[in-house]
Amino acid sequence: MTTPHPAGFVHAGPRPECIAPAGEAHPPPLLASALVEPAPPPGAHAAHRPEVSAQEQVATLFVFMLATFVGLDVIRRVSRLLHTPLMSLTNAISAIAVVGSLLIAGQRHGADWNWINLLGLVAIVASVTNIVSGFLITDRMLKMFKKREARKP
Amino acid sequence: MNSTFIEVAYLVATGLFIFSLKWMNTPRTARRGVLSGVIAMLVAVGGTLLDPGILAGNYKWIALAIVLGTVFGVPLSWVPLTAVPQRTALSHAFGGLAAGLVGVAEFYTSFGEHGQGFTPFRIGALCLEVLLGFLTFTGSLMAAGKLQELKFIPSRPVVYRGQNLINFTLLGLAVLCCALLVANPERFQFLFPAVIALALTFGVLLILPIGGADMPTVISLLNSYAGLSAVAMGFVMDNKLLITAGALDGSSGLILSIIMCKAMNRSFANVLFGAFGQVQTSAGHAEARTVKSASPKDAVEILENASFVVIVPGYGMAVAQAQHRVREIYDELTERGITVKFAIHPVAGRMPGHMNVLLAEAEIPYEDLVEMDDINPDMSQCDVCLVIGANDVVNPAARNNKSSPIYGMPIIDADKAKTVLAIKRSMNPGFAGIENDLYFADQTLMVFGDAKAVTGEMARALAGEDGPGH
Repeated sequence: MTTPHPAGFVHAGPRPECIAPAGEAHPPPLLASALVEPAPPPGAHAAHRPEVSAQEQVATLFVFMLATFVGLDVIRRVSRLLHTPLMSLTNAISAIAVVGSLLIAGQRHGADWNWINLLGLVAIVASVTNIVSGFLITDRMLKMFKKREARKP
Repeated sequence: MNSTFIEVAYLVATGLFIFSLKWMNTPRTARRGVLSGVIAMLVAVGGTLLDPGILAGNYKWIALAIVLGTVFGVPLSWVPLTAVPQRTALSHAFGGLAAGLVGVAEFYTSFGEHGQGFTPFRIGALCLEVLLGFLTFTGSLMAAGKLQELKFIPSRPVVYRGQNLINFTLLGLAVLCCALLVANPERFQFLFPAVIALALTFGVLLILPIGGADMPTVISLLNSYAGLSAVAMGFVMDNKLLITAGALDGSSGLILSIIMCKAMNRSFANVLFGAFGQVQTSAGHAEARTVKSASPKDAVEILENASFVVIVPGYGMAVAQAQHRVREIYDELTERGITVKFAIHPVAGRMPGHMNVLLAEAEIPYEDLVEMDDINPDMSQCDVCLVIGANDVVNPAARNNKSSPIYGMPIIDADKAKTVLAIKRSMNPGFAGIENDLYFADQTLMVFGDAKAVTGEMARALAGEDGPGH
């Protein structure tokens, strides 16, 4: 592992006694007791998740900041006529949470199938409901906005 | 290789989402925006399904969940347009629920992985995700209930002594639990359910004191929260698509809330903790003032002799389902060569832009829907201003009565028109319980009655007089 995590925030693993002497000479009691907390149940399988380094975490903050500025700028130009459809469209877009829900529902968490997968499935239902109803109702509303017809003399 | 492919799919989806919102800048390209959003979502979901971590045996369950979501989603898109605010609030609730549930799942799976995922950044984001997700969930359900006027949820603001103190204490406790979890997730694992419970409770208590007049702001704010909870989920899962799409939603909600707040001349804090919209009983209306009233027939005569008519619709018009009758009046008047414009106040209706959608449904061309700021300079040229079911948004007290609770709120300058026709059921004060001097002004004629009945009678009178009049 190339990136050091601050001591105390990362669980020491199944054999904490190997870590304690190697650490600081006098760790504060809170951190010390954290290090000897019971290990997670054996046999738990690690799900697919790459280690995230601190630099990558800052990179995600960059992405957030830039996306917010783009968002503010794009939204400010949206016609005021369309603020209701805008909100139902962004409802559908924020149902992008479906991506997280799919991963949670699909991955292995310990046993073949457990309650965590079930949470993921409920989250998929909620997100897909938003996606489907959000896009459909936005389109339904937008169809109603018509230009003035040329009046017959 | 596969994961690079997925990242590229996410990149494409992000770009398409941005275009989707960009095309909403005019009604001409807006439907293209929806198409772009749909494609982006399909790319995102398709890419995610290729993730090597998803077990082959779980695809059938995922398919089932997607089918179920579609079954719920399709009927939700058929609601009448007056019910769109409720539907929107409900979908914020679903968004919050999804984020909250994924957060809970993430928390407990991380313990299954020997706690290796618990960097302070990640657990902090996780707490934020769960907090925002669950408070959006219950808060939006409350808002939807109030908008739907469900019996067991009071739509009037509920206030009690020490309300803000209790709310802040709850929020403070939740933040404290989160801080402890960040400091030491192993030791304080037992606090996580408390964060969930506090967030759920806080959501309910936050919306309880908010009245109908503030719903547009609150819906926008909850929209922002739903987006931010997706952003937090992105931080937890290190997923940039979640972050960008969530940020787009979050900034949209933020801008709409700011517009709504400005339209009511109020601050966020005031909306959330001010309990606006209570009926004022102490207002000293000692002297009974007289108003002039007119029949729908008189009103039609006045309208026919005008050359520039401005119609100010309020939510009362939509409640009475009068918009199609109003459209008939609009048609008759424009056929006579009279210029007719609709003046739309930003908070007309129950969510941002609601009135535009209601009028568009009645097939009124969108060129004639004019924003408050654009119509106000022309109001002094207006011959007749027809106010239908609007009240506070045309109350001159907002401009000239410093003691009025709505003082400072931008209004449509209906009182500058040469003649004002106000259709109103009775002289009862409106939603915010504030008396309106406009109705007592010299140039104002009140047309009493149900908005639908009155506008219907006016439309018939206009259509019927075609023959003998010409």
